[in-house]
Amino acid sequence: MRAYVPSYKLISPASLREALNVLAKEDGVWKPFAGGTDLMVLLEAGKLPHKNYLNIWNLPELCGIEVTGSQITLGALTTYTEIQDHETLRAEFPMLGQAASETGGLAIQNRGTLGGNIVNASPAADSPPALLAYDAELELVSAKGSRTVPYHSFHTGYKQMDIRPDELLRAIRLPRFTNGAGEGLTHYYRKVGTRKAQAISKVCFAGAARMNADQIADVRIALGSVAPIPIRCVQTESALRGRMINAETLAAAKSALTTEIAPIDDLRSTRDYRLRVSLNLLEDFVLRLIKAR
Amino acid sequence: MPDKVTINCTVNEEQRTLHAYPMERLLDVLREQLRLTGTKEGCGEGECGACSVMIDGQIVNSCLVPVAQVAGASIQTIEGIANDDELHAVQQAFIECGGAQCGICTPGMVLAAMSLLEKNSHPSEAEIRNGLAGNLCRCTGYMKIFESVVRACRK
Repeated sequence: MRAYVPSYKLISPASLREALNVLAKEDGVWKPFAGGTDLMVLLEAGKLPHKNYLNIWNLPELCGIEVTGSQITLGALTTYTEIQDHETLRAEFPMLGQAASETGGLAIQNRGTLGGNIVNASPAADSPPALLAYDAELELVSAKGSRTVPYHSFHTGYKQMDIRPDELLRAIRLPRFTNGAGEGLTHYYRKVGTRKAQAISKVCFAGAARMNADQIADVRIALGSVAPIPIRCVQTESALRGRMINAETLAAAKSALTTEIAPIDDLRSTRDYRLRVSLNLLEDFVLRLIKAR
Repeated sequence: MPDKVTINCTVNEEQRTLHAYPMERLLDVLREQLRLTGTKEGCGEGECGACSVMIDGQIVNSCLVPVAQVAGASIQTIEGIANDDELHAVQQAFIECGGAQCGICTPGMVLAAMSLLEKNSHPSEAEIRNGLAGNLCRCTGYMKIFESVVRACRK
């Protein structure tokens, strides 16, 4: 049943400093509220137990995409539309733009934010696998200062994260591929859902790799919807790195992936289907590398 | 219990002052307070697009926007699309091609089509389908809606 709306607070601080002071003063009382595309759904369904929200939408310190020689910094409020429209992101981190284009419809993409997608901490979120494959780092801020957390260690369990109640996610940083490391990189992003538009993932796969002659020189693989958190599959990567692409390598990688992911039965799919699709996507990704040599 | 707040914004190019609870859905405030009932509620969870409106030139689902977030914003609803008695080219095309049947999805479809054509004046069929992917219709089977968008491009 629909929530009783008058019982909710939504206060709008004028600056990041003011927002952080509110969070610091009343520990755990306030939760950030950005584009609202997840929270408003819960509100409508009467499943939003927390009552006090801090409206961070439009805080200028959390907006914008900044490009330097070594990295791209996306403000936490960067929308899916802004990600798709950014030329450097499209050229160097295409999986992120693809994830953004497959998240909801255009109306959601205009409002949903990358930071919100991360801290909402759904294991089925579409951008985290791409961020994991690109070695993203998160910048967290509080009234006490800021700290950086590698994204792969941010999610610690189902809906559990390395972020304190007085902290806000300020930005997401992507290290750029320098000295030609991005050249010849194959980017492979596949979201599998019930239908093309709007659907939430059953499995989401992000892979990036570079060949050196016949060997897989560099490989990163991350999946969504197959574990309590979005996961970087380091064992699967190890089974591929430095290897030639052949049946033996593929079998070893599949075996590693089978132990590394932990899909479940739920309302969107089944354990068996998710496992099968994950392995098929891995194979499709690896076979694509042959063409990329 | 929080009090109602005062929110100043522009709706269809008119300055409006709203008094509402901060978490009230923009959809409800538009329909119930401003009586702009052209904006429809379908699913109430951002899947169907019936509640689409433009905020600062971008299409959004008004069921997912708490009204406190439109302070200072410029909102356009289906009521603000026609120029007095002269329909927008997209609206006219929907009539000519039978793009509207029961009408619940139509305001959102028209806004989504306008939003698409503003970015891309001659979209391919795939681009039209993608541009309208966030809007569900249970009557037309979509073909007449796609035809309407194609016709609107030719105007």
